[in-house]
Amino acid sequence: MKSASKRLAANCALMLAMAVSCLAQEAHVGNLTGHATEGKKHYRRYCIGCHGPLGDGNGENAQWIDPKPRDFTAATFKCRSTPTGTLPTDQDLYNSVGRGFTNSNMPHWDALTDQNRIDLVAFIKTFSPRWQAEKAGDPIKVPAEPPVTMESITHGAELFQKMECWKCHGQQGRGDGPSAATLTDSKDNPIRPYNFAAGGDDSRFKCGVTNQDVYRIFMTGLDGTPMPSFADVIQPNDAWDLVHFLRTLQTNRHSRENEVLKAAGGKIPTKAPDANPPAQPENKGSGSGN
Amino acid sequence: MRTKLVFVALLAFMVSPALSFGAGTVSGKITYTGTPAKQKPIDMSKEPSCAKQHTTPVTTETVVTGANNTLANVVVYISAGAPDESSAPAQAVTFTQKGCQYIPHVLAMRTGQELKVVNADQTSHNIHPLAKVNREWNKSQPPGTPPLSEKFDKEEFVPVKCNVHPWMHGYFAVLKTSHYAISSDNGTFSLPKLPPGKYTITAWQEDYGTQTQDVTISGSETKNVDFTFKAKPY
Repeated sequence: MKSASKRLAANCALMLAMAVSCLAQEAHVGNLTGHATEGKKHYRRYCIGCHGPLGDGNGENAQWIDPKPRDFTAATFKCRSTPTGTLPTDQDLYNSVGRGFTNSNMPHWDALTDQNRIDLVAFIKTFSPRWQAEKAGDPIKVPAEPPVTMESITHGAELFQKMECWKCHGQQGRGDGPSAATLTDSKDNPIRPYNFAAGGDDSRFKCGVTNQDVYRIFMTGLDGTPMPSFADVIQPNDAWDLVHFLRTLQTNRHSRENEVLKAAGGKIPTKAPDANPPAQPENKGSGSGN
Repeated sequence: MRTKLVFVALLAFMVSPALSFGAGTVSGKITYTGTPAKQKPIDMSKEPSCAKQHTTPVTTETVVTGANNTLANVVVYISAGAPDESSAPAQAVTFTQKGCQYIPHVLAMRTGQELKVVNADQTSHNIHPLAKVNREWNKSQPPGTPPLSEKFDKEEFVPVKCNVHPWMHGYFAVLKTSHYAISSDNGTFSLPKLPPGKYTITAWQEDYGTQTQDVTISGSETKNVDFTFKAKPY
């Protein structure tokens, strides 16, 4: 009896502490500190129409929007530097607000000040209790990029086959692979795989424009979508080769990768198709290739 | 205060094995009334390496029935009254992707227990548990890569899917108790080693939802508890 009431008191204290820390939610990027109370004001002005008063992505505009606005109550985010299943860093969210999301209705909010944006990040973190219970994941390390070479691009092309990226993205990366039409996000809404070939120099990835961003996209996966994490199955050096190959799928975009490919005659040499691709138990799959 | 807590925890730890291995048993059978929806055929022609593993037609496994209106793949577990268990079993549970199907279709495990995911196919799968209470994650597993090791911290029935092969559906039943069973092909289940006490038994079927019944075990008796689900026609 005594221990029960003690436990109740402890629980109440915990809940109170959580409620207080919820209101006092902060976000940190560099020497900026965001405050949820400030962020709420900006949210009600700029974000509520799509993301809704409850942060669940059911704002009054949501019904007209595809892809649907993010549901902050699930605390599941596409663009992270952190492993699949973990919370993003404040920096990740801050970058997303500033960058916007290509092929969606989310604009890049560069009209807002840095302080406005970090305040918004702090407020977004009040919509899910996960932000109280968990820490952000440890960012996936991105090693220094090796030079772009034909060898690197060729090996990347082999990985594109071996990892079966083409099942969704298609052999030319046009988002038209055999599984593409069936894909749904975690809320059962249809979702299209990224079409690498669309656009020209404005061809952008959802989570950033640099090669480091591309590296992160397939190593972290885009949580809430069919795009899985490959961090357990692609070695860092192999990952860079894949980045270099993916850049060549952006055929109309000027890039170092496309220059190297052009100088080599514009064709990636293909190995003769493997007669019997054997299963390689316990072998991490890095035995073949280079 | 702290030493007292440690003492209580220690005491609980020492007592719980004795409690959790009683001699009582709850067993029974899961049946349905009405007509279950016909399971849909699965076309694996887009994945020849899987299609050729099957000699008989493959169907969805949302409802798996046996003779005499019995139901397989129903998770039966003690949802209340079971003694608290200090730690998850050391042994891992295994979830295998074979022939572009999940084996088993419904896998039960304890919170915190190691889950091993094996790809026995010649194609890449992605394992995507659509968790809401636990963390949602999504990992690629190309052929020939070692098993993935994961765990879930909170009780939840988690739908699992492979986005590459949209017909692949399964469930992780993550439970706070190790007193659980999955009904067999002929609908039977058994929850042994129960100490005397009053229990709530819950049966969960992925399409038909949950049912509960209370039962009291005294001594080393076997109590019969049957569940009957109403089939959804579509």
